[in-house]
Amino acid sequence: MTPHVTGPLTSALWDLGRGTGVVALAMFTLSLVLGIVARSGRRVPGLGRFGISDLHRTAALTGTGLIVLHVATLLLDPFAQLRLVDLLVPFLATYRPLWLGLGTLAVDLLVVVTAASLLRHRIGPKLFRAVHWATYALWPMALLHALRAGTNSGDLWFRGLAVVCVASVVTAAAWRLAPSFAERGWSRRTRRTA
Amino acid sequence: MTSARRLLQDQDRHGPLPALRLDALLDAVSESGLTGRGGGGFPTATKVRAVASRPRKPVVVGNGLEGEPLSSKDAVLLGHNPHLVLDGLDVVARALRARRAVLAVGADLDPGPVVEAARGRRIEVVTVEGGFVAGQESALVNQLDGRPPVPSDPFTRVTESGIAGRPTLVLNVETLAHLALVVRHGAEWFRQVGTRDEPGTSLFTISGAVRRPGVVEVPRGTSIREVLAPAEPDPSSAVLVGGYHGAWVTDLDVPLTARGLKPFRAAVGAGVLHVLGAGVCPLVFAAEVVDYLAGESAAQCGPCLNGLPHLAGLLHRLASGDRDPALPAETSRMARLVTGRGACAHPDGSARFVASTLAVFAEHVGAHLQGWCPSETRSAAS
Amino acid sequence: MSRDTTARLHIDWTRCDGHGSCAELLPGLLGVDDFGYPVARSGERDPAVPRRDRDAAQHAVRNCPVMALRLYRVDHSGTRR
Repeated sequence: MTPHVTGPLTSALWDLGRGTGVVALAMFTLSLVLGIVARSGRRVPGLGRFGISDLHRTAALTGTGLIVLHVATLLLDPFAQLRLVDLLVPFLATYRPLWLGLGTLAVDLLVVVTAASLLRHRIGPKLFRAVHWATYALWPMALLHALRAGTNSGDLWFRGLAVVCVASVVTAAAWRLAPSFAERGWSRRTRRTA
Repeated sequence: MTSARRLLQDQDRHGPLPALRLDALLDAVSESGLTGRGGGGFPTATKVRAVASRPRKPVVVGNGLEGEPLSSKDAVLLGHNPHLVLDGLDVVARALRARRAVLAVGADLDPGPVVEAARGRRIEVVTVEGGFVAGQESALVNQLDGRPPVPSDPFTRVTESGIAGRPTLVLNVETLAHLALVVRHGAEWFRQVGTRDEPGTSLFTISGAVRRPGVVEVPRGTSIREVLAPAEPDPSSAVLVGGYHGAWVTDLDVPLTARGLKPFRAAVGAGVLHVLGAGVCPLVFAAEVVDYLAGESAAQCGPCLNGLPHLAGLLHRLASGDRDPALPAETSRMARLVTGRGACAHPDGSARFVASTLAVFAEHVGAHLQGWCPSETRSAAS
Repeated sequence: MSRDTTARLHIDWTRCDGHGSCAELLPGLLGVDDFGYPVARSGERDPAVPRRDRDAAQHAVRNCPVMALRLYRVDHSGTRR
């Protein structure tokens, strides 16, 4: 579907809206993969374990910031026809409601996950971990939203990016599930009850 | 001289204790010099004051769990004189305007006499799961609050936040019994026996190579030899003072006080005296004790969960005739490694016991490394 | 209790998983034991954190994946962050 350009600013908003979304997807992919690497306790030469955690967090926060921009520009862009309610309540939009709705859900989840992450020292590790599991739902939602609500799905560069993202996550997830992952601590602990 | 049988004396119920105001209670307990009888030896008045200084109404808990296998003094006290313990719990709870007063007992104890004695009092008698670590202060608080019976990070003390987030005062049942007597007879009376630094009487559980094991009550400061006398001990080279977290003492004329026991790095603790039999190899005994201690780890903290089984393994090697000369040093290193690196004192106490075994029985260790054992038998007779 | 205003690093052993970022960020303060868990080189339970390591210590507190660390200072009445 070719955009109907009405003015240079609108075009810029539209570019920004899509651009931030695409880069955010890449950031969240990076963050998810790094999260799995961090969980494995493996040390990466040059980065150390702390570096992996730092990068994981930076990528996630960058992605989150980009999503704020993504949503803001699309709200402002008359072409996108996005309303405030579409930020909170999914599947109400006129344009591709299902796929856009997934984006809405992803944003809602992102707010909760980000809040829990920033407040993690207050809410404690158990609650933080429980909320953090939602990132495994968040990523597929973001991907599907990008593929089906985004308007660049036909472009080669986008398809290439999507393939890279999916391949990395699938590989990382497979590694996570493999017995050789040997995560530290949790699985080795036997919590006794007297 | 006032009789030393204070807690174990048959007592008729004298009617309710006077309800003391908090300041009067603190004065009496403080002057009496009463310290905790649960192993920590902490000044009781300080503990009560810590809880009293918090804004919220506290919860008071009597700890009758007695997780140490060698100890039975709390069970004997609760069976013999539950009213005294409940009196103590009552008077503290009232003075503190406590929201709840709970007496926690282990599953091994017959709760009948205690429940009967608690009738009509505002005290809940609760039977809780046992285990060595379950009697630890924060572990008990956690269990009473509906969580797993394992210790919490000590950064937040239970006196600040415990059951239902309230400041919680946990006192051993023997401590509560002494407290009741202090309130009834006064601090000066309490100080008539014992020493100036460690007044009053204490209950001791005597086990091991003795003809008549059991619980006795003696004035604090009595020598080990005098305490053991009624139990008719076999001649022995060493007595384990303080249970499985304690230390070996070889001079039986030493008084059972902090100062007297200091050269042996021992402490009165919860009053456990275990006499080592002549035919019992201390290293075999120690290996079995550390096996037990490793199994009783709450399995929360890495150094304890991993280090204690390691320690047990090293002791087994020493006990069974492995002649590797590096063994004693490696065992000492591992004991030091686990010390101070857990949420509770379980690894510390276990390390103390191991270090004491290696130090006191250094010659015995030397013999093992040369391939022979000075003791007659190779199994720990209990 | 004496007033001690040095900043100290507290490890919550019930949470510590032996991940090891803290030892990487504070190599002078912490080593790693046989099992992968942090050991205070000074032998203290809660090692004192010198001023020059303050930033690295705060980084370590934020970085620990299980939030097992905290920095605190003791004042005359009790403990405080």
